[in-house]
Amino acid sequence: MPAHMPSRGMSRRDLLKRTGGLAALAAFTAACGGNTGRPSDSGGGGNKVNLSQWYHQYGETGTKEAALKYAKAYTDANVSVQWTPGDYGSKLSSGLLSNKGPDVFESQLNIGMVKSNQVVPLDDIIADVKDDFQPGDLATNTVDGKVYGIRMIVDPQVIYYRKSLLDKAGIKPPETIDDLIAAAKELTTNKVKGIFVGNDGGLALGGPALWSSGGSYLTDDHKPGFTNERAAQAFSKLHELYTSKSVLLGSPTDWTDPGAINQNLCAMQWIGMWAVPGMQKALGDDLGVIAFPALDAQGKPAVYSGGWTQFVSAKSPNVDAAKKFVKWLWIDKQDFQEDWSLNYGFHIPPRKSLAAKAAKLQSGVAADTVKLNADYGHTDNPAWTPKMGTAFGDMLTNIIRKGADPAGEISKAEKTVNAELSRLFG
Amino acid sequence: MSTRTAPAPVPRESARKGARRPKGIAGNTLWFWLFVGPFVVGLLIFSYLPIIWSLILSFFEAYNTVTPSKFVGVDNYVDMLTDHNFLSSLGTFTLFAIFIVPLTFVLSLALALLVNQVKIARAFFRSVFFLPTACSYVVASLIWRLSIFNGVRFGLMNTILGWFGIDGIAWLSTVSPPWYWIPIVTVRLWLQLGFYMILFIAGLQRISPTLYEAAYVDGAKPGWQTFRYITLPQLRATSVAVLILNLIAAYQAFDEFYNLIGNVNFARPPLVYLYGISLGTIQDLGHGSAGALILAVIIMLVTLLQNKIFGFGKAGD
Repeated sequence: MPAHMPSRGMSRRDLLKRTGGLAALAAFTAACGGNTGRPSDSGGGGNKVNLSQWYHQYGETGTKEAALKYAKAYTDANVSVQWTPGDYGSKLSSGLLSNKGPDVFESQLNIGMVKSNQVVPLDDIIADVKDDFQPGDLATNTVDGKVYGIRMIVDPQVIYYRKSLLDKAGIKPPETIDDLIAAAKELTTNKVKGIFVGNDGGLALGGPALWSSGGSYLTDDHKPGFTNERAAQAFSKLHELYTSKSVLLGSPTDWTDPGAINQNLCAMQWIGMWAVPGMQKALGDDLGVIAFPALDAQGKPAVYSGGWTQFVSAKSPNVDAAKKFVKWLWIDKQDFQEDWSLNYGFHIPPRKSLAAKAAKLQSGVAADTVKLNADYGHTDNPAWTPKMGTAFGDMLTNIIRKGADPAGEISKAEKTVNAELSRLFG
Repeated sequence: MSTRTAPAPVPRESARKGARRPKGIAGNTLWFWLFVGPFVVGLLIFSYLPIIWSLILSFFEAYNTVTPSKFVGVDNYVDMLTDHNFLSSLGTFTLFAIFIVPLTFVLSLALALLVNQVKIARAFFRSVFFLPTACSYVVASLIWRLSIFNGVRFGLMNTILGWFGIDGIAWLSTVSPPWYWIPIVTVRLWLQLGFYMILFIAGLQRISPTLYEAAYVDGAKPGWQTFRYITLPQLRATSVAVLILNLIAAYQAFDEFYNLIGNVNFARPPLVYLYGISLGTIQDLGHGSAGALILAVIIMLVTLLQNKIFGFGKAGD
């Protein structure tokens, strides 16, 4: 700019200089803010605290709207719902590292969460209704005598099958693992595979197979419970099933989704009770259910009694308000609990009083599933950590898919599990 | 220069300059920091700070926390170096690199030569091969998994096999034979060939036509002879860059493995394994950090070694 030019206030360059830095700073600080899922204070909510509630993505339509409806109906705090498609477990794990994560969240308890102070005990809010919960649903959320979570729903995982296809082949529902393998072979045609147990070849069957042999992940005195000869035998049976050429692999949807059985890709499928409404819509009454069959005459059928539990994050700035909300939604509001359990996918309400009233679960294949769950259900052991789970999964992959020697793989997993146990229990 | 011809005004001149220079420098400095600052800050906060933090974490027992308190010395490193899963993940990577690096190199060079020869619709051909680079690995993996290489009879590849009367294959679920390598390798080829092709085209266009003319005068034949003795040597700088970028990209393989076959132990590159340990549900940040640093050191060593062998950035390149 020539020197003789009269100054007209701020030049373009000056303006840029002065505003550019500010803009850059603002952009930078904004980028650092992150979204916690909590509503901002300017939302007109008055003096109410803000709570963030995290869910994984439920597959059934209407579930997200229902979750939002419950949150909106709560008047003592502003609750915002974070609905998480994809890898919820990983996102939750990192969310729990700081106070920017959820205040209230659904998950499954493992002792690591308690040891690293991620969750708070909820004994005070559950005390009055403790007797109304099934013992297994309490045990899976109890560490050192304290209850850390309120079970929201119970999801039995079992084998559903097409009655018509079994009738056509002239076979009875399988009662042992050998029956199951034989039936899968029998039911396989060039269009339909006998059974679908997941695109990974049946890792979800590891636990049920172990239980059906009489074993368990961990014994009551915190030792590995999957190391004996019978467990090895059960795992080899899974390999036999995998190599029988009757297992559906590479399906567009995985085992948690009824897509495969609904589209006639398989005659039987390992899946949870949540999918019953979806399967009934596609298949009508052509649906039967069995537990994972017993290893042999000495064994017992097994059902994995999975599900989701509500927790309060210890890092939440509003622990008391969060506990109050959990008590309101998952203990007091029975109509919402019933809605959540029965109106989308099917889940067993963990409250005995509510389960007894659940009309939709008292007939047909749903009622059969509820009975199997009561007779043969196994809940998660909170002492079983994700690291042990990974070692167990690696062991199953090697045995089932790679045909490795079970004894050798079991001792590898046992080593990892023992290291974890000595870290946790000394 | 005026200082030499006119000694007398020197003090004045330098004084005048001295008075002006700081202003000039200050102006430049301001602009320098304005433009570079945000990137430097970003680099410090999002790259260097995490690296330093990882270094600290790697000496601690850090379950579910980034502010650990239990110092364990080099235990995490010892554990990782003796962890058969981590070692086998390095093996998986090596296998992957053996497939992908030479294939990408040869195919992208071939594509570049072909596209460079095209006389009509050049822009079209270049864009058409470059476009997949703009596609995300995740999206491409989903297309590969759900429609092209799904295991049921109506998957694209199985439909094609069906025309020849061959039974469908569960591409991503079959471990022996390891069919899953076909989707994994092809998805990466599809995504990155175009990018390396562009690098090669840039290299090809830098070769002076006079070299070829001189060769023809000396009796060289177009085709293999000129390619071998002119094109290839002239492309050395580009080739080395492509190889190094390719190898680093292969070491960092994550998206297609994670989305196609998940975190499974028979084909798990180091990053997928480390992600599983530290950022997945296990949240063992001590071991994860130690593994990440071991991996970083390996990548650095291999890149340096490659430099030493191929001499990237030497005079004349």
